[in-house]
Amino acid sequence: MILVLGEHSEGKIKKTTFELVSKATELGQALNTEVSVALIGKGIEGAEGLGTYGAQKVYHIPTLEKYNPEGMTKILHTLVSELKPSIVLGTASPMGKDLFPRLALRTGAGLTTDCTGLKVDNGKLVATRPIFAGKAFIDVTYETEIQMATTRPNSFMLKTLSPDQKAQVIEKSIEPGEMRTNLVEIVKGKSDRPDLTEASIIVSGGRAMQNSENFKILWELADTIGATVGASRAAVDSGYAPHDMQVGQTGKTVNPNLYVACGISGAIQHLAGMRTSKVIVAINKDPEAPIFKRATYGITGDLFQIVPLLTQEFKKVLAE
Amino acid sequence: MKIGVFVKQVPDTETKIRTKADGSGIEIDGVKFIVNPYDEFAIEEALKTKEKAGAAEVVILSLGPTRVVEALRSGLAMGADRAIHIDDSGIVLDSFVTAKILAKTAETEKFDLIFCGKQAIDDDAAQVPQMVAELLNIPHVMVIEKFEMNAEKNGVVVHRRIGGGAKEVYDVKLPAIFGCEKGLNTPRYASLPGIMKARSKPVTTLKALELMGDSKPRTGNRNYRLPPERPAGKMLQGTPEEVAKELVRLLREEAKVI
Repeated sequence: MILVLGEHSEGKIKKTTFELVSKATELGQALNTEVSVALIGKGIEGAEGLGTYGAQKVYHIPTLEKYNPEGMTKILHTLVSELKPSIVLGTASPMGKDLFPRLALRTGAGLTTDCTGLKVDNGKLVATRPIFAGKAFIDVTYETEIQMATTRPNSFMLKTLSPDQKAQVIEKSIEPGEMRTNLVEIVKGKSDRPDLTEASIIVSGGRAMQNSENFKILWELADTIGATVGASRAAVDSGYAPHDMQVGQTGKTVNPNLYVACGISGAIQHLAGMRTSKVIVAINKDPEAPIFKRATYGITGDLFQIVPLLTQEFKKVLAE
Repeated sequence: MKIGVFVKQVPDTETKIRTKADGSGIEIDGVKFIVNPYDEFAIEEALKTKEKAGAAEVVILSLGPTRVVEALRSGLAMGADRAIHIDDSGIVLDSFVTAKILAKTAETEKFDLIFCGKQAIDDDAAQVPQMVAELLNIPHVMVIEKFEMNAEKNGVVVHRRIGGGAKEVYDVKLPAIFGCEKGLNTPRYASLPGIMKARSKPVTTLKALELMGDSKPRTGNRNYRLPPERPAGKMLQGTPEEVAKELVRLLREEAKVI
């Protein structure tokens, strides 16, 4: 069996979970095994809908409402011991990244984190992942019975197996046990936008933004096309944007379908952090900027002129 | 109070990575090594915590070849009290084996608190701290950007960054291990007297082979390669109005991403 740890945000199942179930179904076909999903939390909608992407069973465990590393490890360890999956997959999200190493250790599994590719070779899982923030890639093989991996959002295509298929939802009550890390509160961010690591469109600004106020034009473009805003290290170090917006080797590595780099010259650390983006747009005054070597589409020009025009044009065509 | 800090030495972020011709690893000839940037936040937080706690010892650990002693010396120059170099010669490491070795050392040292970076910027695996926590049966919190001792000094309050600007606030019982993120603090520079003093601070060497027991790697890395080159892109020409219009068209009709 392949077990996928599903994620939800306030009860709504995340897109990354559908992507992962689609991929798990493909692996399950190669291994001739079924796909199950674990969903932890209360008030989760549309669990049976995971059947559309190929999941046969959904184990719903409502005993832990908010993420807790110890509680979640205990619950999943119990579930894995009972179901004995050969593969356990999760998203390389803040939760998955935090949880899986602990779970892997406890279950005796081998673990590969932040993968961009998964395949079956000789009946075993082989995971592909970037290292050095994307400056190189490796394939990881397993020496263990249970094989675990977390995968980056936007790495796999959504694939509908059968639109009418419904997964069987099984309620399970597993207690999270003693927790020495006590979640006191969750402080919400300023925006409801997805995090950079999960965003499918990113508009980023570099040192050429000149100040934090000017980021407004990037936010306007982002709002128009449903994007999240990022920044280069130069922009963050100059105080134009906060740390959690930084894309690059010492910031976030991102994997969007579209990355729009505005006034970013393309330092090696920045290019590493965004190089798995599927489509890259670069807008820069300097025609020699290294970012143009990576760009799918390049515009030599003043971002303060181009970006508002782009926003306007998108507004026009998206309204049609 | 005894505070441990895990430090890794990694290639400088400026490094242009080259892979070995047979795909078995990374070429390290001529590579400049630095202290993993996130580990500098860990060293700084350990030193700050020591200052607040009064009596405390800061011990920094690094697993790797002889060269990692340089990384330890820079931690000692910042103000750590002593260092442990765990010599990794003759063994194949993965996150699991690394965690076993570090946990074994931490167990002997009986740390009340361990800091490390949220990840190393070479393999980006972000697995070891959580695995050490599990092996030591203590809590962990990764990606922390705020750390405060509680009034009784038996526990701490930390802020964990979870994305989109949101944070989780945790109350944690010690001992525990924390993965540090940019924004937590500003690492101090080593002063000249600090650098001089570091030369006489003790650095113990242990053998990883003797600490790992019968642990074997659970995963293996193969086929190290550079990413495929991206095909040459399209430079758009024309007035700002024309290029903006053309870009929107291309993104919708050719690339189909919007």
